Amino acid sequence: MESNGPMPGADRHPPVPGPHQTRAAVELEMPSDVRCIDAVVDLVMRQCQALRYPPRACALNVRVALTEALSNAILRGNDENPEKRVCVRTEVTPERLVVEVVDEGAGFDICECLVDPTRPENIYREEGRGLFLMAALMDRVERYTDHGNVVRMTLRRHD
Amino acid sequence: MSFTIEKQGDIVVVDVEGQLIVGNRQELKQKVLDELDRGGKKFLIDFSQTGYIDSSGLGVLVSLSKKIREQGGELRLANLNDDLKTLFELTKLDTLFQIADTRDRALESF
Repeated sequence: MESNGPMPGADRHPPVPGPHQTRAAVELEMPSDVRCIDAVVDLVMRQCQALRYPPRACALNVRVALTEALSNAILRGNDENPEKRVCVRTEVTPERLVVEVVDEGAGFDICECLVDPTRPENIYREEGRGLFLMAALMDRVERYTDHGNVVRMTLRRHD
Repeated sequence: MSFTIEKQGDIVVVDVEGQLIVGNRQELKQKVLDELDRGGKKFLIDFSQTGYIDSSGLGVLVSLSKKIREQGGELRLANLNDDLKTLFELTKLDTLFQIADTRDRALESF
């Protein structure tokens, strides 16, 4: 997949913007522990809420896509290895949210892994809906390698 | 996050409080399978107190539905909020499950 490289300026803006700010960014590391997913998702949702993204985009699109990306990074990328970390970088502007999830795994091919779970032959499968939901709820999902396996998701603001 | 199981006649009713996600899906699966082993045939999972279901939670519901059907039983769902309905629609799981708007309607449907 194409890549523009790491997101610039992730450390130049506050994690959650104040009332007069129009941009937020954060870069954080989390352990490979699914119990930590909620806190990270909550922070990114608050970033979007502070920039007045539509409530449904925060509660549905951002929450679902980021939860799935973090689950994949922890369970598949890092194989729940407590020695490995997941890095999350976000940049939120009034126009778009870009969030990158970096794990220490070998990476994967999005096109190969993206199966359609709605097809009759797949609908009874227990697995395989995470990446599909990320793609369905974000405007763009890309993967590249940069000191780790990076999944970058972009959500344009639609009011 | 917790799961409460109660019997209404011969129907096993499960309430999911909080979220159904990768961290607790196995707990729900085991509780329902235990009831299936005890002879339960009719299952209703009520999501009126559920804020969120992730893809692994959806997967567990599919798996339970299969297992219950293999034992000659039925699994029905009730009270999905709008966001959860959207997830079921996107994944077309709304075509796989019988989903009722209320608990009472779901109970009457067995």
